[in-house]
Amino acid sequence: MIEISKVSKVFGSGDAAVAALKDVDATIQENEFFTLLGPSGCGKTTLLRLIAGFDHPTGGTIRLAGDDITYLPPNKRPVNTVFQNYALFPHMTVAGNIAFGLEMLGQSKTQIAETVDKMLDLVQMQALRNRYTTEISGGQQQRVALARALAPQPKVLLLDEPLSALDLKLRKEMQIELKRLQSETGITFVFVTHDQEEALTMSDRIAVMRDGHILQVGSPRDIYNHPVDRFVADFIGETNFLTARVAGKKVKLTSGDVIAAGDVSRHGEGAEVTVAVRPEQVRIGEAGAKGGIAATVNQTVYFGTDTHIHLKLGDGSDLVARLQSPPSGESGLSQGAAVSVQFTDGAVQVLES
Amino acid sequence: MAEFGRRKFSATALPGFSTVAAITFIVLYAPIVTLVIYSFNASDSVALWGGFSAKWYGIAWQNTHVQEATIRSIIIAVSASAIATTVATMAALGTTRRGKYSGQTLIYIMINQPLMVPEIVTAVALLIFFASIKVATGYTGLIYLIVAHSAFCVPFAYLPIRARLEGMDLTLETAAADLYSTPFRTFRRVTLPLLAPGIAAGAMLAFVISLDDVVITEFVKSAGQDTLPTYMLGQLRRAVTPEVNAIATALLCLTVLLLTLFFLLTRKRG
Repeated sequence: MIEISKVSKVFGSGDAAVAALKDVDATIQENEFFTLLGPSGCGKTTLLRLIAGFDHPTGGTIRLAGDDITYLPPNKRPVNTVFQNYALFPHMTVAGNIAFGLEMLGQSKTQIAETVDKMLDLVQMQALRNRYTTEISGGQQQRVALARALAPQPKVLLLDEPLSALDLKLRKEMQIELKRLQSETGITFVFVTHDQEEALTMSDRIAVMRDGHILQVGSPRDIYNHPVDRFVADFIGETNFLTARVAGKKVKLTSGDVIAAGDVSRHGEGAEVTVAVRPEQVRIGEAGAKGGIAATVNQTVYFGTDTHIHLKLGDGSDLVARLQSPPSGESGLSQGAAVSVQFTDGAVQVLES
Repeated sequence: MAEFGRRKFSATALPGFSTVAAITFIVLYAPIVTLVIYSFNASDSVALWGGFSAKWYGIAWQNTHVQEATIRSIIIAVSASAIATTVATMAALGTTRRGKYSGQTLIYIMINQPLMVPEIVTAVALLIFFASIKVATGYTGLIYLIVAHSAFCVPFAYLPIRARLEGMDLTLETAAADLYSTPFRTFRRVTLPLLAPGIAAGAMLAFVISLDDVVITEFVKSAGQDTLPTYMLGQLRRAVTPEVNAIATALLCLTVLLLTLFFLLTRKRG
């Protein structure tokens, strides 16, 4: 659907030049919920603006359904955007906003009325159709912005952190709503966010970005369970990082313990690597258990559904385990207690050091 | 916040604030109040009260000189404010809808020149400039006054329009383009309607400024082209009657009305 090849974008010139995107390649499939995820300044919004046509790349090409759209002005692209601040027209009603794109496309009055009606139903805003957009709540504005962008039936819908201004409860509702709209309309969604949880719950595929590069593209499960590097592992969810050396088909931690880890064949014997393990894959057993790593409890933090146990290994390195809280809420692990730690099979990932 | 708020500097807490404020308002409004009161004076003198009467309004209303001057003033003010507002709108768009550019301050100063150059200098310059054109063409119509008024009204129209444009959310125009709108239609359907209060405010300010101009009009006008203010000035040189007060009061009412509208328009929506 969208092919982005060798796209770069430089803002400013001379000494003040800043490269926002560096030779980015990506392919977004039809009917896909594709998320650009990364911290602020990683280039995700810049990439979105290039797809929308608000900016043009310094180099590279962008194709939409096979056509080169790299330098096409925004009004000639079958692409619509939901803006971060919604950008609703304050001098038009809810219905007027939704009709705007259709009017610009030169559709007939009856056709426009029909589509507007359908869109108002879709986002459940029929009752407020004649209100001005300054007279409705943030969540309602969000729905109008969605309806306005979906009304012209674009090939691609771009969403620029559209949920960031909503409170937590409304945000959760809208996440489900967005996913529903995407599957009902069959339109390709390109979603920009810095919220990893939002990305994991909604996306078919996620592209993790940093400093103008795409580091990894994959399904939420891929990205979470097989992060390519330390940045991705750290950005998506919580992770323990431990330093180790390759020892045969296993790795030897700095604490001296030898554990099974993912694929070490890329690294030579004795090479220093970083291994990552998610806190929920750490199991705590009685001290001295067979195959366990000796550790002491440093602190326990209660989070309601689960409890985080902060541990210290023999060499002083930190490790966090996440356990489901028992009904009593007491983990039974007091500070200073000696325990042994094991990792779930296949849970330890080897990253580049 | 509350505790800090109490300690904040407040001019109203200074000793003598109320006294100074009262004196300021008296100095500002006492002459105007006197003017309005004496416009209802039954006597022929501006200074001696001879009982209440609205007769001077009737006399002024029936005075053909006043009638002609009023019509002339309105023609000039309407034309000049229309021209100045159009030019100012274009200037405001040209100076805000772009990034920083070299000579930005210079252009800003050039647009606002009439605010800085003494009016008498402009008046003399225009007198000489138009005189040569009048000699060459033989044409002595109202156009000269309209052109002169348009020129000095531009900055007054420009400032509120520019302020409005600077406060406008640019993503609205981006959104319009995203929704298949051509640049021209975006201007007509989004930019212009949102700019309208600024344009209306600018036009009203320009209208009021044109309506009460004396200096430039006095220098540029040809014989028999008195506007209301220059007619009043002419009257003061002869016998002064409360008729002038009546005209001034009527002018004051119109100006207050327009300026109130101006403030309402600029205040609405941030």
